[in-house]
Amino acid sequence: MSGPVPGVAFPPLRPSPPVPPPPSAMPRTTTQPSPPQPARTGIWIAIGTIGMSFAALTSAMVVRQSGAADWRHFQLPSLLYVNTVVLLASSGTLEWSRRRIAAIPGGTGSFVPPLQALSGLYITLAFGLLFVTGQVIAWRQLAAQGLFLATAPSSAFFYVFTALHGVHVVGGLGGLVYVLSRLRPTVSPVRPAPLGAAALYWHFMAGLWLYLLVILATRV
Amino acid sequence: MTQTTAHHHAPPQGFLRTHVFSLDHKVIGKQYLDLALVAVCTGMVLSWLMRFHLAWPETPIPGLGRVSPTGAAGGVITPEYYLALMTMHGTIMVFFVLTTAPFAGFGNYFLPIQVGAEDMAFPRINMTSFWVTLVAFLVLVAAFFVGDGPPLSGWTAYAPLSAVGKDAGPGQGVGQTLWAVSITLFCVAQLLGALNFITTTLDLRTKGMSLARMPYSTWAWFITSVIGLIAFAVLMPACILLILDRVAGTSFFIPSGLVISDRLQPHSGGSPLLWQHLFWFFGHPEVYIAILPGFGIVSHILPVFARKPLLGPRVLIASLVAIAFLSYTVWGHHMFLSGMNPFSATLFSVPTLIITIPATIVTLLWIGTIYGARLRFTTPALFCLGFVSVFVSGGISGFFLAQPSIDTYLHGTYFVVGHFHFVMGVAAMFGIFAGTYFWAPKMFGRLMSETLGKWHFWLTFIGVYCVFMPMHYLGLAGNVRRYSAFTDDYLKPMIPLHRFITIAALFTGAAQLIFLFNLVWTRLRGPKAPDNPWEATTLEWSTTSPPPFDNFGGRPPVVHHGPDEYGGNSAAGDYVMQASSESGRVA
Amino acid sequence: MGKLFAVVVVLITLVSAAIFASHIWWLPVDISAHGHAIDRQLTETMATSGALFVLSQLALAVFAWRYGDRKDGRKVTAFPGGVTPMVVLAVVLVGAEILALTFVGSKVWAGIYQAPPDPNSLQIDVQAEQFAFYFRYPGADGRFGSVHPERIDEASGNFFGLDPANDTTARDDIVVPTLGIPVNRPVLLTLRAKDVNHAFYVPELRIQQDFVPGLVIPLHFTATDTGKHEIVCTQLCGLGHYNMRAYVEVMSQPQFDQWLKERAAEQ
Repeated sequence: MSGPVPGVAFPPLRPSPPVPPPPSAMPRTTTQPSPPQPARTGIWIAIGTIGMSFAALTSAMVVRQSGAADWRHFQLPSLLYVNTVVLLASSGTLEWSRRRIAAIPGGTGSFVPPLQALSGLYITLAFGLLFVTGQVIAWRQLAAQGLFLATAPSSAFFYVFTALHGVHVVGGLGGLVYVLSRLRPTVSPVRPAPLGAAALYWHFMAGLWLYLLVILATRV
Repeated sequence: MTQTTAHHHAPPQGFLRTHVFSLDHKVIGKQYLDLALVAVCTGMVLSWLMRFHLAWPETPIPGLGRVSPTGAAGGVITPEYYLALMTMHGTIMVFFVLTTAPFAGFGNYFLPIQVGAEDMAFPRINMTSFWVTLVAFLVLVAAFFVGDGPPLSGWTAYAPLSAVGKDAGPGQGVGQTLWAVSITLFCVAQLLGALNFITTTLDLRTKGMSLARMPYSTWAWFITSVIGLIAFAVLMPACILLILDRVAGTSFFIPSGLVISDRLQPHSGGSPLLWQHLFWFFGHPEVYIAILPGFGIVSHILPVFARKPLLGPRVLIASLVAIAFLSYTVWGHHMFLSGMNPFSATLFSVPTLIITIPATIVTLLWIGTIYGARLRFTTPALFCLGFVSVFVSGGISGFFLAQPSIDTYLHGTYFVVGHFHFVMGVAAMFGIFAGTYFWAPKMFGRLMSETLGKWHFWLTFIGVYCVFMPMHYLGLAGNVRRYSAFTDDYLKPMIPLHRFITIAALFTGAAQLIFLFNLVWTRLRGPKAPDNPWEATTLEWSTTSPPPFDNFGGRPPVVHHGPDEYGGNSAAGDYVMQASSESGRVA
Repeated sequence: MGKLFAVVVVLITLVSAAIFASHIWWLPVDISAHGHAIDRQLTETMATSGALFVLSQLALAVFAWRYGDRKDGRKVTAFPGGVTPMVVLAVVLVGAEILALTFVGSKVWAGIYQAPPDPNSLQIDVQAEQFAFYFRYPGADGRFGSVHPERIDEASGNFFGLDPANDTTARDDIVVPTLGIPVNRPVLLTLRAKDVNHAFYVPELRIQQDFVPGLVIPLHFTATDTGKHEIVCTQLCGLGHYNMRAYVEVMSQPQFDQWLKERAAEQ
């Protein structure tokens, strides 16, 4: 930025001087063009590990089902399919919001997330809460049929899978709340990296749910 | 400089933030090391009680009766209390010492510094991991004080013994549930820790610090984190299922028709082998989690005191990766005789034997590094050399156990106990000792006593051989493990050798007091340490002892060299520091 | 200090190796048909790994002795050939040994655990429980009665939960706490666990197998010499694990027949 020419008043081009990227994204001398984003790396790792946990439970289920004759098939509550739509919708609204926010040019100018994008995020949150509530109701429906955790291995795995997934969804909701709190309009042009990471996690939760729905629908 | 608020690079304010709930990876690393120190003292005392009982089962232990009136009335340990001590010894040592000290402890302290970062990628998650680990430890230790004591099912907690609840025996009520909860929490903490290690290694390396220039200890912590990410992700759901079997009436691991304490158990359909598969799928990688940081630490320290670069760095890294990968394919070698399909025994035995190859390679690389060296026999160097010796001893006994036909005879005997103690209880411990003596000047800003260190080394090195080598002889004679007393006709003649082992163990344990004293004295009153007392090259030696809160005083280093440029001629002497702008690679 | 290290390592190595080689503590005499193959595998492994053990410890010792820093300005030298000899040594030598041991060892293992039992085997049902072993012979009808866990009654000695009142095949089952077997005759055990995991281990027979609740596991062998030996439990099963034992008595066929007749009379 060049200095002012004497006698000529330059209007301020920006409200504050450009701030270097935070030290957490220090440039490296590798050939990678964009600076590393620890939040995204962290989420990918989390996805790997969560996936591994569910893989372990899947193999436990396969072994348990084939090892004894007491499986006892039952019908999945149809509410689950409604919940699925809700969760997928929330992924949709989140992705839409994320793209709107990511489209704001970075590096210069203040950052004001558009109201629509922010609303999209609130809707995502609402859908997420709706999903969790729907899952709890589905549990109640199963319990009303006499299918509890200890009733049969099939119901046991159903509850364990859905509960573990639900716990991670609640964690994701917490992450979304945190991201929303960081998305206040600011004068700093620093882009909040966590939104991309939170979105990635949320989409994984949706994808994981689809997987669980398939194995539960085909096996219980 | 205007910056986003609540940045972890601002210096901490206040006593609690600085010393207790600290976000600083250095403080967190020290907290882990202190936790591991408490854990290892506890675990050692448990082992002394066990060994004493094995040697002199009827002799009362002074004071024990008051500490544990049910477990050791009159000071004589009951069979169930022996097994409870054994379970807690194994659990505490494997989780809270061998996974905590070399990995969470030293890794947390030194990985960010070694890659040139100001802190870990996620300092708050880092702090959370420590506190969750501490809570896990407290939950575990609580088992000593509640119900009818700690569980007696071993650190391996095989179902249905561990799953049916208190009918199975003393300690199998609340004690076993606390154990399972503790381990579940520990898994969560380690997963969060692994997240930090991997992200920091991938994303926060300073300018010039390519992967190829990373210190070998960093590589080892990085690879260990990846192993842990997958292993702990399997143990956690397994423990959850175990807890459900215990408290919620499910039957994941408990089949039907079991009659325990004259009661027909209400469960049905579960599979005890399922627990074993899940546990060992975690359990085998876990032992590599325990040893790999030691590999890294030794590979890091040996060149410093050999004054020459490590032989074959790329081969070392490739071998570590191979070991990590193979570690996931061998878990069934703990289960050859478990009742699983005997054909799978051969399947598991092949990769188990193949792991010998990269393990042999890394050992030969260390030995080849010492060739032609100019060895400085400091305490950390001695522990590195000792590491090589005990790792050879421990690795070789594994060669026997890897073959199912031989395991037919040796499974469940003291041969196994000797094997895993050599590789875990001795080699991994030597890695921790080497790291402590090496990095103490940096962490505490004070020098440890070399004289005390050497006494500690010699007494320990000779002592551990006296304790654990004889266990192989016992195993060859068919001496069964996990027995609280030797009442069988064929076991009674082994008791004299057990007494020898016990005396050696108590003696070696006493020698650790030298280390403890040295450590405490150093932290309180040790002479001030210079920035680089060992004339080493990696980034931790480019900063002060101890480093400032942001590691490099706001000036991140720029790296121009690899991690072990020793043995040439340079301005500093026979070494070139990684952050030195001096050009030219030293031979 | 380096020289001291070398001396200590050499002493430890030689003393340990000598004790292994001297067989002061060693496997008991083998009385099984398959055991010689295991013993040979063990001895071969002992020889090769013993050599590896001694050589690597010696190398460590020699280098520690020779390559201390004598402050004489000597330059460090790299290992001749660099990393290649190490990799070649490990891959070729260790690899060859692994191949050999796997090839031979898998046959030995398969012979014990994968081969079908001899059709003329004497069948004996074994139950492990906290903290005892019980053995069941089929009796004159040659058939085992079915077991019912809910009928198990320790006090009256109905360890297997038999129902002789309604199950004719159970009436002549012989249940004893000692495993009597005839010499040189194939024996087929079926292992069942009443409560938790246990294991069956007889060092002299070179045989070991876990009992797993919910599974019935076959185990077969042939004893080649008479005598009385301990059967011990090697799978942690609770506080009485250390004391859980039975005896196997290998007898001549006539002695065995007599023994079984006496046991039958006691039922």
